[in-house]
Amino acid sequence: MLGIVFSKPEKMKIFRKRVFNEMQIIGINSIPIVALMSTFMGAVIALQTASNIDSPILPDYTVGYITQSSTILEFSPTIISLILAGKVGSNVASEIGTMRVTEQIDALEIMGVNSLTFLVLPKIIAAIFFFPILVIFSMGLSMIGGWLALTLSGLLTTETYIFGLRSFFEVYNIFYALTKTIVFGFLIVSIASFYGYYTKGGSLEVGQASTQAVVSSSVAILIANFVLTQLMLL
Amino acid sequence: MIEVKGVNKAFGDKQVLFDINTIFETGKVNLIIGQSGQGKSVLAKSIVGLHEVDTGEILFDGRDFTKMNNWERKEIRKEIGMLFQGSALFDSMSVIENVMFPLTMFTKMSKKELHERAEFCLDRVNLAHAHKLFPSECSGGMQKRIGIARAIAMNPKYLFCDEPNSGLDPKTSIVIDNLIREITYEFNITTVVITHDMNSVIEVGDNILFIHQGENWWQGDRKSIIKTENEEILNFVYASEFMKEIRASMQTARG
Repeated sequence: MLGIVFSKPEKMKIFRKRVFNEMQIIGINSIPIVALMSTFMGAVIALQTASNIDSPILPDYTVGYITQSSTILEFSPTIISLILAGKVGSNVASEIGTMRVTEQIDALEIMGVNSLTFLVLPKIIAAIFFFPILVIFSMGLSMIGGWLALTLSGLLTTETYIFGLRSFFEVYNIFYALTKTIVFGFLIVSIASFYGYYTKGGSLEVGQASTQAVVSSSVAILIANFVLTQLMLL
Repeated sequence: MIEVKGVNKAFGDKQVLFDINTIFETGKVNLIIGQSGQGKSVLAKSIVGLHEVDTGEILFDGRDFTKMNNWERKEIRKEIGMLFQGSALFDSMSVIENVMFPLTMFTKMSKKELHERAEFCLDRVNLAHAHKLFPSECSGGMQKRIGIARAIAMNPKYLFCDEPNSGLDPKTSIVIDNLIREITYEFNITTVVITHDMNSVIEVGDNILFIHQGENWWQGDRKSIIKTENEEILNFVYASEFMKEIRASMQTARG
């Protein structure tokens, strides 16, 4: 399937239009949920870290450092990707599955359009391009969420928190997080497209395909996360 | 002209088509009829390449589709228009965008030319007013007509219609039948229609292929199907009590 997906599109102008359209659906439309999740996630990480650090040996700025590192290394790329597996994965599988059962894919094939390239490739490109942007956005908002929670509750000063965020910062961690995100984005869209494209039956099967897509892509994300961590961090 | 020679098709252990031989002539409405599950749709989908045949040849004006590579098939498919059972219009596009779609994909027409051609096709199916609507805003009959407009947008040599009357009221069915017949004659297309609708058979069937148990059981025109004594065809044509009564009264009138 992937071999056909990556073949040359029939018309680049239409293909570009479809890529931008998918960026809107997959990327821009996901901003509200990512923003909400990230802010609260960052706030909770910061509060839990602050409440669990009661050793006098550990400096206060450790809260900022832990918020930064856990957000960059794991929470933003993995948790946000799992959320997107639910939102984007079900959307992609149900859209393509509905097109399959209503013969829209057959219509494309009859016209001589390579339906896999036409339908799936723009989604993969949009996800690979936009997921890292969403994750960078998520990282920023998580840290802001942490800052808001700590300062509003009076647990930490702004200066101490920012000092913690900047402590032991490694650019490689960003590279690692974004690499993971690109892989996750590819997995989510390609797995969801696979389940949608090979749907047989009617609306019940479209629903089943959508559920299967979310479950399988979530499992794939967890396995890929483990493998990539082994390869890139150890 | 489409020639089907010795086509066999099985899905796993189940043989669906047995040595089908037939010719669908240009400028005629060719019907494939038969009961459900007899292989009509499989035959039509095999002809257009949505299913691969196991053995046999399918010749589009002498060009063997079964021996073509993907690129060659793509070129042939640009000459094929198809109306699907559920119309298969693209939900995300407006009516005019649906009709323009094959043109934007495969021609170098300017925007103005694209609109003109799409408007001509929509006008031809009496839907000049429906440009801006979306498929979900159109009735079943309108969707079929939009499907026909999209199918003829590329000036196809071959038009396939999969149960064009399914889900339509009798009056709208006649409109669709007449439209298919007019377009076939006007543009000299090889039209193949899969149908259960006996009214369509009588109204537009220039050449009728009756498929029974995956075999080419009978072939003829609309006049000969009424007169045939073939039992399977009689069971199909005169399936309802109403049709049986009509047949009995016709026989009585003949003496």
